[in-house]
Amino acid sequence: MLQDSQPAGRRPGGEGQLAVETVGLVKTFGDNRAVDGIDLSIGQGGVHAVLGPNGAGKTTAIRVLATLIRPDGGTARVLGHDVVAEPARVRSLVSMTGQFASLDEDLTGQENLVLLGRLYGFSRQRAKERAHELLEAFDLSEAAGRQVKRYSGGMRRRIDIAGSIVVRPQLMFLDEPTTGLDPRSRNQVWAIVRALVAAGTTVVLTTQYLEEADQLADRITVIDHGRIIAEGTSGELKASVGSGAFHLRVADAGQRTTAADLLAARFGTEASLSSDPYALSFRLEDPSDVPAALLDLTGRGIGVAEYSMGQPNLDEVFLALTGHSTEESETPTASEDAGADEQKEVPVR
Amino acid sequence: MSVTTSPRPSYDEKVAAAVGSGDAPAGAGGVSTSLTFGWRALLKIKHVPEQLLDVTMFPLMFILMFTYVFGGAIMGSPDGYLPYVVPGILVQTVVMITMYTAMTINNDIQKGVFDRIRALPVWRPSLLVGALLGDTLRYTMASVVILGVSLLMGYRAPGGVTGVVLAVLLLLAFCFSLSWLWTLLGLRLRTPESVMGVSMTVLFPLTFISNVFVPKESMPGWLQGVVTVNPVTHLVDATRGFMDGSPDMGAVATVLVMSGALVAVFGPLTMYVYNRKS
Ligand SMILES: Nc1ncnc2c1ncn2[C@@H]1O[C@H](COP(=O)(O)OP(=O)(O)O)[C@@H](O)[C@H]1O
Ligand SMILES: [Mg+2]
Repeated sequence: MLQDSQPAGRRPGGEGQLAVETVGLVKTFGDNRAVDGIDLSIGQGGVHAVLGPNGAGKTTAIRVLATLIRPDGGTARVLGHDVVAEPARVRSLVSMTGQFASLDEDLTGQENLVLLGRLYGFSRQRAKERAHELLEAFDLSEAAGRQVKRYSGGMRRRIDIAGSIVVRPQLMFLDEPTTGLDPRSRNQVWAIVRALVAAGTTVVLTTQYLEEADQLADRITVIDHGRIIAEGTSGELKASVGSGAFHLRVADAGQRTTAADLLAARFGTEASLSSDPYALSFRLEDPSDVPAALLDLTGRGIGVAEYSMGQPNLDEVFLALTGHSTEESETPTASEDAGADEQKEVPVR
Repeated sequence: MSVTTSPRPSYDEKVAAAVGSGDAPAGAGGVSTSLTFGWRALLKIKHVPEQLLDVTMFPLMFILMFTYVFGGAIMGSPDGYLPYVVPGILVQTVVMITMYTAMTINNDIQKGVFDRIRALPVWRPSLLVGALLGDTLRYTMASVVILGVSLLMGYRAPGGVTGVVLAVLLLLAFCFSLSWLWTLLGLRLRTPESVMGVSMTVLFPLTFISNVFVPKESMPGWLQGVVTVNPVTHLVDATRGFMDGSPDMGAVATVLVMSGALVAVFGPLTMYVYNRKS
């Protein structure tokens, strides 16, 4: 059985509580350990991203937290309430938007929202007003009277999220909110997430997109095979990989090879040459080598059209992290120090 | 190289305003949420009227076919057969369409609607109760179709309007109770196709190896034993009794006890599975 132990010193009341706190959370399907001992500690406010590839256990973890399935081991508390002992309390404070559309496809968008409003306890009148308000705000007014099965992917995602905030929850779970969306729809979803956070809702979202975590999340938990392999801010995760990138475009394509050799000697790493005949880039151990490198180039008469420095992107971070065998080595942890400050800005794209 | 993907600024502002104003109401009671789910069933009938086709075409075909094709052979003439077969077909049709309860629930699970609803802070059984309310409406509609057609065919119930109303009410009570079995199956089975398969294997024998179409006395002895223990036989006896104006209170009592037993067993079992469904 699961024990519902109350750690000493927990502050009572919703305000000071952690949004999510799990200890050794396990969920198995047969002998598949979909969630295999996850310790999460997510504070209130902001966006927390759970990042992981397909099959990592993201959906399963979220479903446990939203009280849809029971854990097989460990404990999970949501806004201070145990998901097994007090599921009704949890449900009254959180809402969940699943990975796949979850409204009634046969009903219209308007009807779905009114239905949810009524279930939350709005009067018929108020439920209609609220539905109208959300449809209007999410650019769905024209589709209000159309059956949801006739919506496009982006519209479905928006009506789905609208359904979750008919009553704005204290905590919102969003399972892969932008998977498969076009860039415009994705930006619309991001705007909704940011608005939710601004209004005071804590958002926990899962994603396979590193850029999404980078753009939206204050903190990121990287999971793979049901386990946490890294945790921290985007900057911390990047810093833990220990390198940035230096991108350069030479003025004369004929000089690219010379420049590559010169800089390779300076940085001690190999150049990577893209299909653009002017461009070359390096992985960088120490950014302070860059001024000297630029002087090297001008000293040899090589014109520099443009250059930029970027952090490693999260793809590189993720590869570096999952490259480790999680079974044999200890979990790599994000370093809290290590130049996280000078790497604050988001990489230029 | 930049792609212009940012939404209009007014979008962000509208979103912020709408998101911010989701004030929480006091919450809804179990009766209210059950009725809301019942309303959803009505909306579904409105948007997908095709689903009523089974409810209306099935009984129509059955009553016409059996009366005119087999009626003469079974009871000498179609007119002579009509009073016997109308209550039987009424029972058969409504019992058959109870399986749509399982289809509806199974469909909700497949489409993810189920997950959303289970994550809501509402009285948990209300989804099922609401769905059953919607189903009961469907049963009523089927009953009206059958009675209307048989009226056109010249059927006049000896039990009068009272007898017919009592018969239908008893039938609805039984089918409402039987639906809990289907909710359980709907929760347990993987696909709507398997629901269909299982329900057909159960319902066809259950409704045909009974006294729906012919008196059990006309069957071989071993089969009569099966017919006698078949719950549908008792339901038909009770329904026929009311409609014929000679109520069979023994059969009525049996039906009520069976209904109570169905709810007592499958109600809690369904709720158990519903709460633990993963
Ligand atoms: N209902 C289920 N029954 C059996 N296995 C499941 C079920 N749900 C998920 N799994 C398995 O659990 C693992 C984690 O899945 P999931 O949580 O959906 O990952 P993600 O959301 O990160 O893609 C996968 O191996 C998946 O096959
Ligand atoms: Mg998933």
